[in-house]
Amino acid sequence: MKSPTLHSYNRAEKFAFPHLFTLLFLIAFIDSWRRAEVSPLLFFDAERRTSLWKFIAGMFPPDLSADFLGLMFRPAMETIQISVMGTLIAIIIGFPLGMLGTRTFSVSGILNEADTLGSPMRRLGGYFVYSCARGILSLFRSIPEFVWAFMFVRAVGLGPFSGVLAIGVAYGGMLGKVYSEIFEGVNERSLEAIQSTGANRLQIFFYGWLPQVLPNFISYTLYRWECSVRASAVLGLVGAGGLGQQIEISMRMFNFHEILTILGILFIMVATVDYVSAKVRALL
Amino acid sequence: MEQYRLEKLVKLFGRRQLALGGVDLAVRRGEMVALIGPSGAGKTTLFRVLNLTLLPTSGKLWLDGNEVSHLHGRKLREARRKIGTVYQQHNLVPRLKVIHNVLSGRLGRWSTLSSLISLLKPRDIEIAYNALKKVGIEEKIFTRTDELSGGQQQRVAIARVLLQEPEVILADEPVSSVDPSLASALVKLLIDISKQMGKTLLVNLHSVDLALSYFPRVIGIKSGTTMFDLAPDKITDELLEDLYSGHLPDNQQDENSDEEPHPPLLQ
Repeated sequence: MKSPTLHSYNRAEKFAFPHLFTLLFLIAFIDSWRRAEVSPLLFFDAERRTSLWKFIAGMFPPDLSADFLGLMFRPAMETIQISVMGTLIAIIIGFPLGMLGTRTFSVSGILNEADTLGSPMRRLGGYFVYSCARGILSLFRSIPEFVWAFMFVRAVGLGPFSGVLAIGVAYGGMLGKVYSEIFEGVNERSLEAIQSTGANRLQIFFYGWLPQVLPNFISYTLYRWECSVRASAVLGLVGAGGLGQQIEISMRMFNFHEILTILGILFIMVATVDYVSAKVRALL
Repeated sequence: MEQYRLEKLVKLFGRRQLALGGVDLAVRRGEMVALIGPSGAGKTTLFRVLNLTLLPTSGKLWLDGNEVSHLHGRKLREARRKIGTVYQQHNLVPRLKVIHNVLSGRLGRWSTLSSLISLLKPRDIEIAYNALKKVGIEEKIFTRTDELSGGQQQRVAIARVLLQEPEVILADEPVSSVDPSLASALVKLLIDISKQMGKTLLVNLHSVDLALSYFPRVIGIKSGTTMFDLAPDKITDELLEDLYSGHLPDNQQDENSDEEPHPPLLQ
């Protein structure tokens, strides 16, 4: 019935679109190659090769002396602790903002809609809250945690707390965004069924809404926690505590064999965290 | 004594999509009524108005002699409590155990705090167990709901309605996602329960056969209005043909129903 337009659209798509797409892709690729100054030939340049070799050779053997390992224990623990506290703050920021940034929660939907029909003003207010929450979340996550850390070091001074705040804010933005996507996916039909028994909104929240979102919620939060372990190691480079600060010190002193040790510790930590969170996720 | 009275009930979706175009209806207490009609006729919308999920756009709705179409807050929740609904499907929370889905029928009676505590340590287990026994799946009480089959899930939904102890039971296409061989057993179960406990029962059915063979009163609905309202022996093939004729599935979908355009089950 509607086939003529559909047909011609399909044909247009079939002929023009792939070519256009290929062309765009080629332009993008060539231009990116040039502007990103990609030049694999550098590896064959004699001078570069020696300096690369120096760096790698300098890392061996790693410093495995009990002295150094003992020295690294505190910063390693600190890295984990920064990531835990940072993720906690991220949840505290991301959960409420994620809820407010969920259309079915703040604009329409059973948990919001005042007894099935909102007035236009209410709806407008809902949109306002929704857009504000979304805006704040984008702002938080569009600034890299590295830059946040830089600012917080100025604000609260050198040390792990600025790392905690940086992860909390940047990851709060990321968590909030994904939370709101998880929340949008809630099946409203089971909420409606609970509502029809005469349940109030809090009861609908706990009996219908929360059980639906909890598994994805936990799983994604754990994933972000894994990422934050890596991030908190990097944040040390701007003085926000943890293993990163040790990397920075060793770099400055040209103690490359220490760096290899620290990287090894980091690897073990990240692998452990991955393992733990995979185990927890399997329980869900 | 009247359970429901509807007067010129109209429901619009958005500004223009007419789902119900002036329905007049009266249902006595304890009556058993089946509603049939093509998909998109407005049956589901009518049920969502009847269980006070949707507000009618205009017209009046009485429940037990009280005008209920403009209630809100606590009064609305108390009115909803009197109406138990079994939906087509997807009406349980899959990740909760059966017991919690059944107990959620009690939420209208419980305080928020005690319903929270019950999620950790279920209360009224015995009542839930008896309700599940009535629908024949008491052994599933601590199973996770998503491990049950479609028919078993509908039984859980019926058990939830039992715990709600409503005056009216509305069942919106309760058997359309269930194996046909189980369908009549479920319909019979609904009828038995309603009879035993003296509840009013309204059922939306895809299957004309089930409607005609089990219900003393059958209402045909088409394009948002009632076409006929008769005892099953008065319903002729012509009436049925009329009811289902000229029905285009994309013609008048009510936006909230996922009724599939199945042909009615006629022999």
